[in-house]
Amino acid sequence: MSTREYMLGNVAIARGIVEGGGKVISGYPGTPSSEIVDTLSAMKERDFYVEWSVNEKVAMEVAAGAAMTGVRSVVTMKHVGLNVAADPLMTLAYMGVKGGMIIIVADDPACHSSQNEQDTRKYSEFSLMPCLDPSTPQEAKDMIPYAFELSEKFEIPVIFRPTTRISHGKSEIELGTITDHKAEAKFEKDTSRWVMVPANAVIRHPHLLGIQEGIMEELENSPWNELTINENSKIGVIASGLASVYAKEAMEELGLEASFLKIGAYPVPEGLIKKMYEQCETVLVIEELEPIVEDRCKVIAKDIESPVKILGKTGGYVPRVSELNIDKCTKAMGEAFGIEVDVPEIAEPELELPPRPPALCAGCSHRATYHAMLKVFGKRAVFPSDIGCYTLGVQNGTVDTTLCMGGSITVASGIYDAGEKQPICCSIGDSTFFHTGINGLLNAVYNKSNITITILDNRITAMTGHQPNPGMGLTSTGEPTKEIDMELLCRGLGAEFVETVDPYDVKATEEVFKRAKDFEGPAVVITRQACVIHARRAGVRRVPFKVDTEKCIGCRMCVNLGCPAIEFDKETKKAHINAMCTGCGLCSATCKFDAIVEVQK
Amino acid sequence: MSSKASEFDLVISGVGGQGTILASDIIGRSAVLEGKGVRAAETHGMAQRGGSVVNHVRIGCELGSMIPLKGADCLLALEPVEALRYIEFLADDGVIIMNTESVYPVTVTTGKAPYPSVDSIVEKLKETHRVIAFNATEMAAEAGSRQAMNVVLVGAVSNFLPVKTETLLERVKEMVPPKTIDTNVKAFETGRSMVE
Ligand code: SF4
Ligand code: SF4
Repeated sequence: MSTREYMLGNVAIARGIVEGGGKVISGYPGTPSSEIVDTLSAMKERDFYVEWSVNEKVAMEVAAGAAMTGVRSVVTMKHVGLNVAADPLMTLAYMGVKGGMIIIVADDPACHSSQNEQDTRKYSEFSLMPCLDPSTPQEAKDMIPYAFELSEKFEIPVIFRPTTRISHGKSEIELGTITDHKAEAKFEKDTSRWVMVPANAVIRHPHLLGIQEGIMEELENSPWNELTINENSKIGVIASGLASVYAKEAMEELGLEASFLKIGAYPVPEGLIKKMYEQCETVLVIEELEPIVEDRCKVIAKDIESPVKILGKTGGYVPRVSELNIDKCTKAMGEAFGIEVDVPEIAEPELELPPRPPALCAGCSHRATYHAMLKVFGKRAVFPSDIGCYTLGVQNGTVDTTLCMGGSITVASGIYDAGEKQPICCSIGDSTFFHTGINGLLNAVYNKSNITITILDNRITAMTGHQPNPGMGLTSTGEPTKEIDMELLCRGLGAEFVETVDPYDVKATEEVFKRAKDFEGPAVVITRQACVIHARRAGVRRVPFKVDTEKCIGCRMCVNLGCPAIEFDKETKKAHINAMCTGCGLCSATCKFDAIVEVQK
Repeated sequence: MSSKASEFDLVISGVGGQGTILASDIIGRSAVLEGKGVRAAETHGMAQRGGSVVNHVRIGCELGSMIPLKGADCLLALEPVEALRYIEFLADDGVIIMNTESVYPVTVTTGKAPYPSVDSIVEKLKETHRVIAFNATEMAAEAGSRQAMNVVLVGAVSNFLPVKTETLLERVKEMVPPKTIDTNVKAFETGRSMVE
């Protein structure tokens, strides 16, 4: 059997967790990190525990608890999720762990599917936890077993930071052997260690600082940092993580003679950097997002009074926003070292291309909910929203804000507290409500916000790839579990108006929204209908609809719903329903001329 | 004109849900089985909900997955507008293989943006590049399923890839749902015959 397999970066990372003997793996879905837990959950034979937690802070604490018992644990999330888990993170650095613990945080430079492009390496600096930054999917897999060992050696969690191009990159992966490291869980009482009262914390802080030197020494000599000195050249390039492969390719393209330092572990390898300074007069630092390596390089140069010139984001050679690529690296090298670079000329296409933004699927129940919401509350109402598929409702005019996971109810409260006179109706998904929406509702009830809270319950975490959540009655591995009663939960949080409705029933939904709008105090409307993609996979088939061209007067009411299955035929000036129709019936209910009817079988 | 770092660079563009990932997987896995290094990058998440998507596949490559501007040997477009949208990646002497069947974005169906005629897109591309354009969706339907459109295009691009046709065909059989193997093999072969 071949030991080389073609796989997704996240699948390779999951393989690394198995090779390294991970025992407890928790996470909260977030693109580009989700497939790590998905892959582990789908494995038929498992000798580890894996869960989707309700949010990243919870996931972090579950993994920390496991590592306190001496077993190896992993927690996964995306960069913005680490903000949610930042509270336990900072104290966990003081406490440390017994079993190896890896905190996998996938960064998303260029915001392919994120609300900001923060750099997780900053959290590594902040928390004083070491960080590994892979440059290829292969390295990502190989780093995981190493990270467990590093974590155990210094009894501190290790941050592991892939980026979108690693997580969602594919390559052939050389598989390694699966470790026979099988620590049994055994919690040993040690209050000075596990109870971070001030008296203990003030001792653990110097301890944390104290182990930094050992960590640096260990990482300096690790295989993740590589220095190649070019004796014929006075220039050098330092590049970190993924940027190092772009930089290498750019150097090859240019035929650039330079010393090269690839950095894959933080804190940065000071010894290797100093060695490079001995050879070089000018050094260009290339890294994605924040100038973390660059700033350290400058401090080191200053400390040893090296005359070396350090270029990078300062001076504008390397951009601080978005992701890097070979072209940006080539350009930076050209400018920094005064080399003529052939920048390919890209002609603007003369034809005007229609934008193709992502949109709610044909038949998505969120469209139906938003349609009713807009009708009842009116265009001038304020619609705070949240993170998930339903954010795509921005095209329907019912998404006025999205700050962060769980931020819709709280932002709605703030808008109400400020004295806004327009009605306020916020929206949040089921998984997001379980994530951090619960606190928002509790707060809205406690502080008497007069707002409507719509929970768009499509029975799944759809945007990140259809992961289960507590409302589904299924765990990550598909085992049946207690299905959380959303209505009961909302009532438990103190909401007095709580009603559930099927958004495909357009009339009933409008009725519920009307009553919710009139209700004094926070009113909760749960619109429940399965995500169409998931429903289809589960075998649900509805009769599709078609336009009766005799009756259609071309008013465009249905077309404006933005369903990808409805087109407007410019020639006949009539609507037309294409093969994507899933038969939700929303357009039919919208048409005043009864021109949209079910296709007869 | 592949860059020095790679043997063959392919860009696959289309619309979320059309099957770009399966197309690139068939190609990527085949190349790996022939002992070549492969680096690929794909679009997940947000853009998949009917948005514009692009995959990069680099065969015989040990570095990063992103193809430089004007670095690709071939652009495989599952949708006409999505051919034009990513043309900047194609080398001057690169070839375009495209499906002529349009998928209208919501911006077009709701009348917010016009959709250029497919003929004008093909003409435009022909000014600068070799273009092989045909309706792969109809050909897939004839083979048995419109869904096999991506495999028709894999068949067409197989004429250019540094990978054996048999290897590709074997992967197609392995990676599509068992019930659809015959349809997909037919789709592959009709696609392959579109290039002399
Ligand atoms: S019934 Fe109408 S709104 Fe629903 S999916 Fe079909 S075309 Fe779209
Ligand atoms: S994936 Fe599901 S929830 Fe998301 S837009 Fe499609 S139907 Fe709606």
